[in-house]
Amino acid sequence: MPDTTIDADALGRWLRAFAAAIAEQKDALTALDAEIGDADHGANMDRGMQAVVAELDGAAGGDPAAVLKRTGMALVRSVGGASGPLYGTLFLRMATAAGSAGLGPAGFSACLRAGLDGVAARGKAEPGDKTMIDALSPAVAALAEAVAAGRPLAEALRDAAVAAERGRDATTPMVARKGRASYLGERSAGHQDPGATSAALLIATAADTLAG
Amino acid sequence: MKKLVNNPADVVAEALVGLARAHPGRLRVDHVNRVVQRADAPVRGKVGIVSGGGTGHEPLHSGFVGPGMLDAACPGEVFTSPVPDQMLAATTAVDGGAGVLHVVKNYTGDVMNFDMAAEMAAAESGVPVESVVVDDDVAVQDSLYTAGRRGVGATLFVEKIAGAAAEQGRDLAGVAGIARRVDAGSRSMGMALTSCTVPAKGSPTFDLPDDEIEVGIGIHGEPGRRRVPIAPAGEIAEMLVEPVLSDLDFTGSGGVLVLVNGMGGTPLLELYLMYGEIAALLDKAGVSVARSLVGSYVTSLDMAGCSLTLLRADDELLSLWDAPVSTTALRWGM
Repeated sequence: MPDTTIDADALGRWLRAFAAAIAEQKDALTALDAEIGDADHGANMDRGMQAVVAELDGAAGGDPAAVLKRTGMALVRSVGGASGPLYGTLFLRMATAAGSAGLGPAGFSACLRAGLDGVAARGKAEPGDKTMIDALSPAVAALAEAVAAGRPLAEALRDAAVAAERGRDATTPMVARKGRASYLGERSAGHQDPGATSAALLIATAADTLAG
Repeated sequence: MKKLVNNPADVVAEALVGLARAHPGRLRVDHVNRVVQRADAPVRGKVGIVSGGGTGHEPLHSGFVGPGMLDAACPGEVFTSPVPDQMLAATTAVDGGAGVLHVVKNYTGDVMNFDMAAEMAAAESGVPVESVVVDDDVAVQDSLYTAGRRGVGATLFVEKIAGAAAEQGRDLAGVAGIARRVDAGSRSMGMALTSCTVPAKGSPTFDLPDDEIEVGIGIHGEPGRRRVPIAPAGEIAEMLVEPVLSDLDFTGSGGVLVLVNGMGGTPLLELYLMYGEIAALLDKAGVSVARSLVGSYVTSLDMAGCSLTLLRADDELLSLWDAPVSTTALRWGM
């Protein structure tokens, strides 16, 4: 039975929805960052996703890999800070894994895992460090499990979004070991991680848009 | 928020327009790539020195561009590291055939973006690049459980001394080596009387009551290690000197280079008062001051407060420190 395949248009819907979610949550993300970082995560991600939307408006079409690559490059070029290389690497690695074919559920799941591996390598971080990985890693695991069980893409992505939100919430009591919050030591505990928060938005908007 | 801005999103671009107009013969500003470079770059046969970081720390880094110090600076958004494209443009623009040294403050974003830029430089331009990561802040425990210590005031020492070494014609390995030696011999500690206000946010990054100070702050308005009641300057000087001296032995015969640095919102009157207190504490501890610099050099927007940086000096480092420098913010000997 042919299941949903993610094409370039679906990726475009996802990226625009993520850009809209970031714009809406900009101040909330910045407020979270002010507590344990330097109060720029919302503004940075908003600038980056506006650049991605401009890129999508300017160059329509292309295969999924090309859309993901252009997204990654736009983020690296426009965001700066830690979020630029991390989100940029996520999409660039996804592009490499996507190849030129359409993405079925198993293909998309493998792609997202490649993106996560890239983020972990770039940031030298692992689960429990109080970073975006704490939202992405459980999401990737939940997606892979649901896809392996043969569940439809829409349901698998919903599972991933729930896992990402749980992972985001689990960052609150953690003591940061990577990024600027790590300089606070114990004082970083008790605050939800801004990177995990934006990463949960990324997976939530994927669940809303990618399965048609 | 009361600030001299038009649109907060345009603060960096508009500041660079002003910088270029204020120093036409001295600096050249590439507004497209957002690179500030010395007017005569690239200098043939000289190792190029590129630094960069978020804006809001002025005069760091753009105020240190010029003969004897940096060849180029890459200003990022406010408190946000610049992007790899910017660093790559700066690297190729200032390479005089002897390679380029990147001076990077140890903040996760700066390190990752400079890493990507060095990868791109190797792949696309063939310019040899070495990096030195500055990590002098003793407020942060350097352990497996943090991203290492932050890079703060010692960045000025690294840029000045490596700049002088490059100007003398040392090769890339030699310039990188002396830069790493300066970092290894430097320690800093800072404190804040008030928070700063990032233009895009428009309100103070943290709330600090009138009767409290934040000890162990970095240079981005990120909170420090602890919050204590406000105290007389002499006691605050102890809070800065003690952790620096207990982290590294500064009692050697070469003496120390001292930077008492304002965070942006503290007048020179108070900084000199603090210098007097700090110098007395150093005397008492048997640390001899070889050179000193007092002023606001590595700032955090409008934050009030100060930091102390010490470098364990020797004849070679002092002669490079004394070598001529001509930048908009630091100038002597020429």
